[in-house]
Amino acid sequence: MTAYFKNIKNGFKPKNYINYVVITLFLIISIISQPKTSTTTLLANMGFAIILAVSLNLVVGFLGELSLGHAGFMCIGAYIGTFISNQIFDAIGSKLVVLILTMIIGGLIAAIFGYIVGFSALRLKGDYLAIVTLAFGEIVRDICKNIPAFGGAMGLKNPHRYGNNLYIVAFVVALIMLILIQNLIRSKHGRAITAVRDNEIAAKAMGINVTYYKLFVFVLSSFFAGVAGVLYGSFNSIILYGDFSFNKSIEILVMVVLGGMGSINGSILAAALITFINTFLQSKLPGDLSALRLLVYALILMIVVIFNNAPALHKYKEKYSFSALFAKVYGKITDKFYAKHPEKKQARITDDSAAWNRVPSKIKMDEVLSTDILPDDKNNDTDTEDKRDE
Amino acid sequence: MSTLIEGLSIGSVYALIALGYTMVYGIAKMLNFAHGDIIMVGAYAVLTTMSLCGFPLVAILVAVVVCTLLGIAIEKVAYKPLRGASPLAVLITAIGVSYLLQGIAQLVYGSASRPVTIIDMGNVQIGNSAVRVSSIVTLVVGAILMVILTLFIKMTKTGRAMIAVSEDRGAAELMGINVNGIISITFAIGSALAAAASVCYLFQIPSATPTLGSMPGIKAFTAAVIGGIGSIPGAVIGGVLLGVIENVCKSTPLAPFTTSIEFGLLIVILLVKPTGILGKKRREKV
Repeated sequence: MTAYFKNIKNGFKPKNYINYVVITLFLIISIISQPKTSTTTLLANMGFAIILAVSLNLVVGFLGELSLGHAGFMCIGAYIGTFISNQIFDAIGSKLVVLILTMIIGGLIAAIFGYIVGFSALRLKGDYLAIVTLAFGEIVRDICKNIPAFGGAMGLKNPHRYGNNLYIVAFVVALIMLILIQNLIRSKHGRAITAVRDNEIAAKAMGINVTYYKLFVFVLSSFFAGVAGVLYGSFNSIILYGDFSFNKSIEILVMVVLGGMGSINGSILAAALITFINTFLQSKLPGDLSALRLLVYALILMIVVIFNNAPALHKYKEKYSFSALFAKVYGKITDKFYAKHPEKKQARITDDSAAWNRVPSKIKMDEVLSTDILPDDKNNDTDTEDKRDE
Repeated sequence: MSTLIEGLSIGSVYALIALGYTMVYGIAKMLNFAHGDIIMVGAYAVLTTMSLCGFPLVAILVAVVVCTLLGIAIEKVAYKPLRGASPLAVLITAIGVSYLLQGIAQLVYGSASRPVTIIDMGNVQIGNSAVRVSSIVTLVVGAILMVILTLFIKMTKTGRAMIAVSEDRGAAELMGINVNGIISITFAIGSALAAAASVCYLFQIPSATPTLGSMPGIKAFTAAVIGGIGSIPGAVIGGVLLGVIENVCKSTPLAPFTTSIEFGLLIVILLVKPTGILGKKRREKV
């Protein structure tokens, strides 16, 4: 136990904890300011979006497999959660208890489906897996539409809306999820997951159980998507299968791509930003002009991905990307700081993988050959001879 | 009987789309998600030309030209910079292109469905059942295009270059084949087939919406996978099979679950035999 805290103390980096602080502060400020109904709706949607984006980032960013069926898990969560809440609400009575119970049940059922989809991830990867997840999302939606108990095409009615304070629950759930996922990613298991992403065969050769980690990531990700679905269901008075279409999955994917695949803080920021833009555009753009939203999504996807991945653009990426700019500014600040306190520079541990390439690994043969073995060594020889004499 | 012919004709539309998917996948090794939306663009091209001049033949030609140019443009702008990048990046960009086309179509033409009538050909009696002439035309056009495509790939120099690129891109480049050119030609042919498919699709369902392409696109991908992706006869077999299955399903009590059955079939085939009926198996190399 003490060792655990010692490790935390040694490895404490403020940037790893800043998102908890920011989200908590954000939540406290919004509770204190007593927001209007429209603001609480926006906040609740931001909460759902953060949960969905971070959980999808687990699959897309860390496991490196494209999932186009994230809305399908959300759909399962929403339908199951609302259905169960309708059954047990009168028996329990407390909204919060019902919500927590349905979140757990809905999340677990979504996780079971995540396990099933994860099985296909064992056999397939890349494009094929993406198509399977897409097909899965559509099948789920199609089946939910046709089950009479789920209200059919009219949608499932939810008479027990949680109310406007749902955003508090959503943010608390998002915080719990962040703590879990960030600790997972920084643990041994997280390293194993990224190893599977970077090179599956090499990871297998290093003794990593690829099957286990793939299933694990899919189950965890779908669990949280299911929880987000339950929250979404309890926020709306009617659940329509049309809300969980392919477009919803793409919207979540846009958040992940914009925030940066494999960056949790990026996902959070992008989720909040895109939800805000969405709500803003919805009120400003009537009718067919809402297609501008599609255009914005499309351009974000294309520009961000081409800029980040095109081999010809690597030079510009290193110069102008956000992380490069950030590193530049950060470097300038730290340089100023160390100019004042030169003694502190020793303690700084640089974590720069590019530094490995700069380590001179070539043996300089010219130097070796031109070094003469001088007769200085005579002393040594004589010493040993002396010893022998003695 | 009429169910079967309707199924065959929608199947040949799927087959035409699936050919585009299969060719692009076989040669560029990428899933062109925007392929379905090229069909939509073709449909709107037909709509616009029909309202401007009214000659069906001109409209069809315009659709083919527009789609071909669009296919080449998409390849140059969106996919060429990403050659050599990870497949995930290419796939996400393709989704972006698909969204872009849908968004532009919605901005220009609105999201409501617009009726498009090319030619009304009426019905014909075969045995005891009435069959639409357009279904038979679709079937015949589909068959002719498939034969032409197969001959093109087997007989011409460009076609054989395509086979070479699909087998080993590096070796083909060393043999003096212009790989980028071949990929552009592939996109052009695939998009032209998509234009033909859009005309055939409008024979079946005479209305155009911005999301017209996405469902047939995914179904055609299913068809391409069933037949074995990268194989041209496979795409044809898969397309026809899927069309027949769809139409048979629609006439049984399982009708509301038709989409689920088709996608379920896709998942099962991918899991059990990812290479499809006629696909080749590739071993993974370290």
